[in-house]
Amino acid sequence: MKLNLPKLLLGLTCLLIAIWLVAPTLVVIPMSFAGQKSLAFPPKGFSLQWYENFFTNPQWFGSLIVSAKVACMVAVVATVVGTMAAIGIERMKGRAGGLIRAVLITPMIVPGVVLAVGIYAVYLDTQLVGTWIGYVLAHTLLAIPFVVIAVGANLAVFDARLEIAAASLGASRLSTFFSVTLPLILPGILSGALFAFVTSFDEVIVSLFITSPQLKTLPVQIFSSMTRDADPTVAAVGSLIFLGTSVIIGLGLIFGMKGRRT
Amino acid sequence: MTLNTASKGAAIDIRGVSKTYGSFTALDDVSLRVEPGEFMSFLGPSGSGKTTTLNLIAGFTDLSAGEIRLDDRSIGNVPAHKRNIGVVFQHYALFPHMSVAQNVAYPLKQRGVAKTERARAVDQALQKVQLEHFSHRFPSELSGGQQQRVALARAMVFTPSLLLMDEPLGALDKKLREVLQLEIRRIHRELGSTFVYVTHDQEEALVLSDRIAVFNKGRIEQVGSGHQLYTRPETLFVGQFIGESSVLRGNHLTNGSDTALTVAGTTLIAPGQAQGDGAHVILLRPENLTVQPTGTGARDGATNIINGTVREMLYLGAAMKYEVTLADGSHVIARTPTQDEPFAIGSAVELAWNPKDGTLLADDGSTAGHEG
Repeated sequence: MKLNLPKLLLGLTCLLIAIWLVAPTLVVIPMSFAGQKSLAFPPKGFSLQWYENFFTNPQWFGSLIVSAKVACMVAVVATVVGTMAAIGIERMKGRAGGLIRAVLITPMIVPGVVLAVGIYAVYLDTQLVGTWIGYVLAHTLLAIPFVVIAVGANLAVFDARLEIAAASLGASRLSTFFSVTLPLILPGILSGALFAFVTSFDEVIVSLFITSPQLKTLPVQIFSSMTRDADPTVAAVGSLIFLGTSVIIGLGLIFGMKGRRT
Repeated sequence: MTLNTASKGAAIDIRGVSKTYGSFTALDDVSLRVEPGEFMSFLGPSGSGKTTTLNLIAGFTDLSAGEIRLDDRSIGNVPAHKRNIGVVFQHYALFPHMSVAQNVAYPLKQRGVAKTERARAVDQALQKVQLEHFSHRFPSELSGGQQQRVALARAMVFTPSLLLMDEPLGALDKKLREVLQLEIRRIHRELGSTFVYVTHDQEEALVLSDRIAVFNKGRIEQVGSGHQLYTRPETLFVGQFIGESSVLRGNHLTNGSDTALTVAGTTLIAPGQAQGDGAHVILLRPENLTVQPTGTGARDGATNIINGTVREMLYLGAAMKYEVTLADGSHVIARTPTQDEPFAIGSAVELAWNPKDGTLLADDGSTAGHEG
């Protein structure tokens, strides 16, 4: 076999980029098994104490529960609101639809700090700082653009003529939506929901502003832990989240392929 | 097989219907009655208003003016899903996430039909279109012809008294189209429902329909059986759109009950009187023309004779087709039985026909603009 130099160079470049992309994530894993209370690489010694600390310390585990609850509520609210908005925009066509779409997507473009300051100012007046509603509202605002984009992309390839056919077969508008439109744009809705969940789950800037000692999300807890005592529990949390997301994405890929085959 | 004949066809009454989109008039004051159980085709070029009319009947678009009555009930304010009209689309419009059986069961489910009754009706409908073994397949696993059969089964499973079809065979190849045309005819006979069939293919309209409404520029030019439209067209557009034809243009002079037309220096007689002072033409069907050697003269009542030159000669098996160029440069197509010694290209000939076989029509400026 002849050695192909351009191909070899291409492979090498790709490998380097791949390492560059995943290395920061992978560094966290050995750090989480450190024997000493110092966040250093390479770690010294071996222990599971940081995992134990994460699951037993109410500060840590409590914040995980808060984050999970908030992210679930955000996923539901943002998906419902975003899906309805995407459908409305698609039906409007014309300039008004484009304008509304642009407005809905601005939270993605506006710098997080700017949004955070604005939200904080309003929350101080309305006493929403450190409340469940406060978190859900703020995170939903940030998550809606992802849902609008994901569902919108799916609607763009959805054959709206099927709705006319459904009407001719006796289905009302509502019945048509649940029996024809919804099943066919479900992939977009699900990926929108996933994006919404993730957006809320790892949102840190706005959360830092509206947090309270009683109600803290996981990213806020990680941030304050890092700035206070650089405890390797952070690495344990990072490793767990990495594992969790890998499993979810892996399952998604497997089921996605199966769905396409049938 | 005729379990569904109980559903009698509906009558459609279209009265002074118009449809405008901004400043564009898609349909201009159209009136038409379709009789119960009739197979009516809407024939016309694209943009002539035939699909617009269909969409108005189905309730997919709103009327701008006029009234549509279904069995003497005005349906202008009835939403599409309450009209109980079956529709078959050119693009099939099958639900991709449902199996064949689920697609066909859909209209029954919407009507709250019980499960066992639903299964029975679905089986029966699929049998009618010969797809009873495909009920568990998905639309993406079927060919175009099979998909359209499923769409047909789905549109008739709830025994609507009216079935609308919008160029249902437009996306299929010619051979499959002919097979499905025969199936649609058979299904129409078995159901007894009224069928309205939109097509731009005049051959398809002739094969299928009891009557044809010819659409042009948002208006109906003529309504009649295929035979009426072919032998007695009322406008030049209809005459040229249905079947093959040649048009002779010239100055006309009314003379008693006939009209004389001077074409390329030759006086030709056509039956009937000219309407108004506008230009008139004689429309000729290829099979009514005789091609004969120059100087043969009138025989068997074929007293209209005009000279020309053979421009093209086609051998079609049982018949021959000549294209003859006249002195004024116009072309005439003649179809004759196969001759042992056909006229060669470039030879001088006479075209002869019986005056009553020509049709005198006002010149509306239309030219043969359809395929086939």
